[in-house]
Amino acid sequence: MLKTRVIPCLLLKNAGLVKTFKFKDPKYLGDPINTVKIFNDSGVDELTFLDITATIENRRPNFQFLSQIASECFMPLGYGGAIKTFEDIEELLNIGIEKAIINSEAVEKPEFIKEAAEKFGSSTIVISIDVKKSLFGKYEVYTHSGKKATKLDPTEFAKKMEDHGAGELLLNSIDRDGMMKGYDLELLEKVSKAVTIPVIACGGAGNLNDFSEAVSKTHVSAVAAGSLFVFQGPHKAVLINFPTEEELEHIFDK
Amino acid sequence: MIVIVNYGVGNLGSIENMIKKAGAKAEISSDVKTIEYAEKLVLPGVGAFDNGMQHLTDSGLIPILTKKVIEEKTPLLGICLGMQLMGVKSEEGKLSGLGWIDAEAIKFRFEPGSKLKVPHMGWNRIYPKQNSYIFNDMYKEPRFYFVHGYYMKCNKVENVLAETHFGSDFSSAIIKDNIVGTQFHPEKSHKFGLKLMQNFIND
Repeated sequence: MLKTRVIPCLLLKNAGLVKTFKFKDPKYLGDPINTVKIFNDSGVDELTFLDITATIENRRPNFQFLSQIASECFMPLGYGGAIKTFEDIEELLNIGIEKAIINSEAVEKPEFIKEAAEKFGSSTIVISIDVKKSLFGKYEVYTHSGKKATKLDPTEFAKKMEDHGAGELLLNSIDRDGMMKGYDLELLEKVSKAVTIPVIACGGAGNLNDFSEAVSKTHVSAVAAGSLFVFQGPHKAVLINFPTEEELEHIFDK
Repeated sequence: MIVIVNYGVGNLGSIENMIKKAGAKAEISSDVKTIEYAEKLVLPGVGAFDNGMQHLTDSGLIPILTKKVIEEKTPLLGICLGMQLMGVKSEEGKLSGLGWIDAEAIKFRFEPGSKLKVPHMGWNRIYPKQNSYIFNDMYKEPRFYFVHGYYMKCNKVENVLAETHFGSDFSSAIIKDNIVGTQFHPEKSHKFGLKLMQNFIND
């Protein structure tokens, strides 16, 4: 049977590992390379790295640094942050990162997604969709690390990206980011029901039951989390951790 | 020297990383001379069948690969699309495959409303169907990382090396003489993939 993928979503800022709260106040956690080694040993399903300042600082992905990370990673690996050209994607594939996660550029140049999916195959192209809920309960897509509103509806945007050949969607709730109070199930269901490509839930997981709830109550195919895998205890002490295979089997079997 | 064949399609860096981790040296190459002297070969590949076949044809490497693999019996590991290209044909495309193994690539088809999504993406168990060096000392309940929309159907049961269940059982690894093919990605399957790669290297 196909396992439900459980994916640590790790944020990078200036070659350091950080964790944000509602996409703000990045807290420094430590050295990403060490973190990767710990996740390697724990047999993690997949890793996602997002460089949260690459786009807003208008710079290219830090390939040299990513290459160091990738050489320690023997699991599926995705990277997002300022991917704008075919050369960027080629460079990622060359260093051993097989999923290019695209956010701002997907909104600004949707044609790029179409061309990239044709050139590299859909499975290489992951669209991350960052969503904020307005006071009136309306969902809206944001880019540039949550700083730029787009007026786009996440469900419509998701369908468009699927049409353009995206292979997967990383659906992130800005409001839930770092809160550890559970996923926005309404958002997850709206989007995952509307597309046939896999949707990865992100933003808000606070315990393992949040994973099983997302999978059983919505159509998401995989679950991602940040805080849960890097913090421990009520005071959020930094501790890199990942559930054992048995723990994961247990929560998804329920 | 192990040569990872570079024909412009595939996730070469991670294969090189894994071979290094497994304790051997690998060279990514599209050079006929380098391939000529290879002790072992890895044929990677991702994306669509015809695109892969076209790139392989355009690379001009098919004659040397055929000489190495079919005549000289150089051990070859085909991964994902690299494996599918070794078959006769694919439902995904119009071009003929290399024809080294009597198998063809078939599309996963599920009833509308099925919980199973295509591509088959993620970690799944493999069940070895025959003894092979490639599974020497393999960990219990081996699971590997997959991402594919088409699977290999072997016309000869002796070519089925392992099976995996997704909707129904399909051939997730194939074997014929010196050729091994895996639908899954050993280079992305941490300890399981490392063990498999070590077996390929040390045989």
